[in-house]
Amino acid sequence: MKRRDVIKGGLVLMATSTLASIYKPAYSKTYVGGTGAWRATPPPPLSVVDASRLVYLTPDEAKLVGAIFDVLIPADELGMGATEAGCVTFLDHQLAGPYGTAAKDYKLGPVVEGLPQQGPQSIMTPAEIYRKGLVELEQAAHAKFNRSFMELSEEQKITFLHGIENGAIAFETLKSEQFFVLLLQNVREGYLADPMYGGNRDMVGWKLVGFPGAIYDYRDWIVSKRGKKIDVHPVSLLGRA
Amino acid sequence: MNYKRPKADVVIVGLGWSGSTMAEELTRAGLKVVAIERGAWRDTSTSFPTTRDPDELSGSVRKDILQAPVTETYTVRNKVGQTALPMRKYHNLTLGNNVGGAGTHWAGASWRWLPFDHQPYSHVMQRYGAGQLVDGLILQDWGVTYNDLEPFYDRFEKIAGTSGTAGVINGQRQPGGNPFEGSRTSPYPTPALERSRANVLFAEAATRLGYHPFPVPSAMIGAPYKNALGLNLAPCTYCGYCQLYGCGNWSKSSPNICILPVLMQRPNFTVVTECEVIRINTTPDRKTATGVTFVDSDGNIGEQPADIVITATFTLDNTRLLLLSGISTPYDVASGQGVVGRAFTFQTLSWGFMFFENEYLNPFMNTGALATQIDDFNGDNFDHTGLGFIGGAGIQSLSNQGLPIGMAGLLPQGSPQWGKGWKQAFRKGYQNYAQIQGQGTSFAHREQFLDLDPTYKDRFGQPLLRITFDYNENDRRSGRFIRDKCVEIAREMGATQVGGDSFADRPYSGYTPWDSSHVQGGVVMGEDPRTSVQNRFQQNWDVHNLFVIGASSFPNNAGYNPTVVVGATTLWTAKAIRDLYLKNPGPLVRL
Ligand SMILES: Cc1cc2nc3c(=O)[nH]c(=O)nc-3n(C[C@H](O)[C@H](O)[C@H](O)COP(=O)(O)OP(=O)(O)OC[C@H]3O[C@@H](n4cnc5c(N)ncnc54)[C@H](O)[C@@H]3O)c2cc1C
Ligand code: SF4
Repeated sequence: MKRRDVIKGGLVLMATSTLASIYKPAYSKTYVGGTGAWRATPPPPLSVVDASRLVYLTPDEAKLVGAIFDVLIPADELGMGATEAGCVTFLDHQLAGPYGTAAKDYKLGPVVEGLPQQGPQSIMTPAEIYRKGLVELEQAAHAKFNRSFMELSEEQKITFLHGIENGAIAFETLKSEQFFVLLLQNVREGYLADPMYGGNRDMVGWKLVGFPGAIYDYRDWIVSKRGKKIDVHPVSLLGRA
Repeated sequence: MNYKRPKADVVIVGLGWSGSTMAEELTRAGLKVVAIERGAWRDTSTSFPTTRDPDELSGSVRKDILQAPVTETYTVRNKVGQTALPMRKYHNLTLGNNVGGAGTHWAGASWRWLPFDHQPYSHVMQRYGAGQLVDGLILQDWGVTYNDLEPFYDRFEKIAGTSGTAGVINGQRQPGGNPFEGSRTSPYPTPALERSRANVLFAEAATRLGYHPFPVPSAMIGAPYKNALGLNLAPCTYCGYCQLYGCGNWSKSSPNICILPVLMQRPNFTVVTECEVIRINTTPDRKTATGVTFVDSDGNIGEQPADIVITATFTLDNTRLLLLSGISTPYDVASGQGVVGRAFTFQTLSWGFMFFENEYLNPFMNTGALATQIDDFNGDNFDHTGLGFIGGAGIQSLSNQGLPIGMAGLLPQGSPQWGKGWKQAFRKGYQNYAQIQGQGTSFAHREQFLDLDPTYKDRFGQPLLRITFDYNENDRRSGRFIRDKCVEIAREMGATQVGGDSFADRPYSGYTPWDSSHVQGGVVMGEDPRTSVQNRFQQNWDVHNLFVIGASSFPNNAGYNPTVVVGATTLWTAKAIRDLYLKNPGPLVRL
């Protein structure tokens, strides 16, 4: 029986039967004081994502994302660009997981557009937005330049992405400016999250701003380095092979 | 399958700060207590070890620790006549969903509220008269005063190990503390933390302007401390993974480190996790609660009978549970009658944002509440004559963020948000950005309320709670006044770029970046059953063995965060149950 039916039936009837022994559900737990058994279930061990193969994006999609990401965070004297830093790998794994399926969102209907202050109402998931958005972006590039985004000059890429960002270049199945917001958020995440997620290679993003990472104890510096530059090699949770 | 658990003396719904504080008091009094919590068990060494906790992506970005909208969300509209829509994605209320509640991942600013905040009505009437109130404002006293609560504030701080510098002890001003605070009977249990660079610049500027800066009292333990329950707390390391994170160091006061290890030694305490309470059950005459009904992780319905029912599920769910259970009269906005859902408040935030030129603010060395504040414009600490509003804000330099994903968009004005220009601007902005928060009062208004949504349902098919809220004219006036003060201090700090904002100038949204998570009211305590759901002991006026505890009881919000007040009022109610109610079960206040 589906959970919802049970509840409805139960609520209407309120028929509770006393059981000789308490029913033990699969997941819910009972912790009794004084028994010593009150440890949490440990979270799964940390692991480094496997960058050797794609898990959600197709190879073509991955190339296109890489080209876009490298405009958003280009290689320069301050450090490597987004693709080299692993941001495409990062995104690919994010889209394959609970983030990609928007597993935590409320998705029940009715789905209607509201006022801006009521927040996003679309129930399209990030994985779906990328699948559609990338197709639309390519179509828009072809419509404007008669070729793929990847074949545009650096300057054309920048102008084109500005058009996506401000909505001047519109999509049909989703809002281009919302797709851009997602692209920018995800590339920054990849560049700045712990390297175990696939991006931020050699902690390049952290070095860019001088963020020390997972050091977790600044008692020595809170006074001695107040207002002073701190030169320290950042620390990540898990390195990357 | 439906089932019934053995009867308990007391059932407590929700095991955050209020639920666990209450459970500790009542189990110590010898009662058999069963707590039912929607989230899973969490303990420091298993769930938040320092070797995995400092992870911005799963923490403050993906927000894995929070109550997910798929589990329960709320619908929002600004006013009657609009259609409320659900907050589908993670929103600003960032509620807790584990044993410990939001107290596991909170920011930890640990305030006693001003005497004014507990008696705003009498105070305003006496000093200014009714003409000071904008149309529709609801102002009422709590039925309990600062002086009534002082011993309980004191006790709660000694459970939490609160760090800070006292401002007034037994009526005597103390150097370095808040001169405006209500008089304390003892100093803070642990000393204030060291200040950030931004805090120091703020304190110097505020002093030059003639204000009175002091360190914000916090849950970040200031020195090794054995708390009132005998648990050892450790000093904070300024790790910077604080708000929206558990603390791996035993340094952020939380139910998990300050109370639960003691509770779990007591055989008369049981907690049932990952079960959601959907009803408070009553006798047919609705005069006595008989227990609660919950859904377990298999979708089965369980019943927990008990002699006393206490709900501690925070403001929104406390209100929703009463509405779903048909207890007390729901508020009706058209007539202004009814009480459940009435007197709902939020927080009025104003900001000063600033960039320096060549600073090393080292923002990563922070805590959830590493802040230096002035209270010169909070509560009724200044004369409001002619200003057209009541209340104000605590104005603070807040060093609570240094994680790079969260800061990637905080750039000096005119900087590009991507490309080479972004890299340069981010590199500079990261070390030069600082903020001043005006955390403002919020007073209830007859058009701000909570009720059940007519359309949207939760995963079990029950109506979601609907929030009807917009800032009122009092908020807008106080918000602008405070914004201008924030900007004044930011300029004095020597920043080269200064901006200000008053959130109350725009319609309320659950998605405004940097907005508050504090919501109060809906099940308020008070002196009159026509304007409150519960009496001064947080006891339901109609159902004498039902106590709804937490910030839902507060008819107004102060220019502070709420949790120490939640702790103090919980202890106050626990004492009333122990000393008065158990001896003679029935209404503790007779009219
Ligand atoms: C990000 C953040 C930062 C904050 N910072 C500060 C701060 O700096 N200073 C301050 O004073 N306050 C702060 N607060 C507020 C503070 O966290 C709350 O005031 C405090 O945690 C309230 O405690 P509580 O026990 O009343 O509620 P909660 O901590 O919310 O606990 C309620 C519990 O009830 C459970 N529950 C809910 N519904 C049900 C149900 N139907 N059945 C079973 N269980 C249920 C929930 O899972 C939760 O565990 C902050 C809050 C947030 C979210
Ligand atoms: S800043 Fe301090 S209290 Fe907060 S999580 Fe880090 S060590 Fe704990």
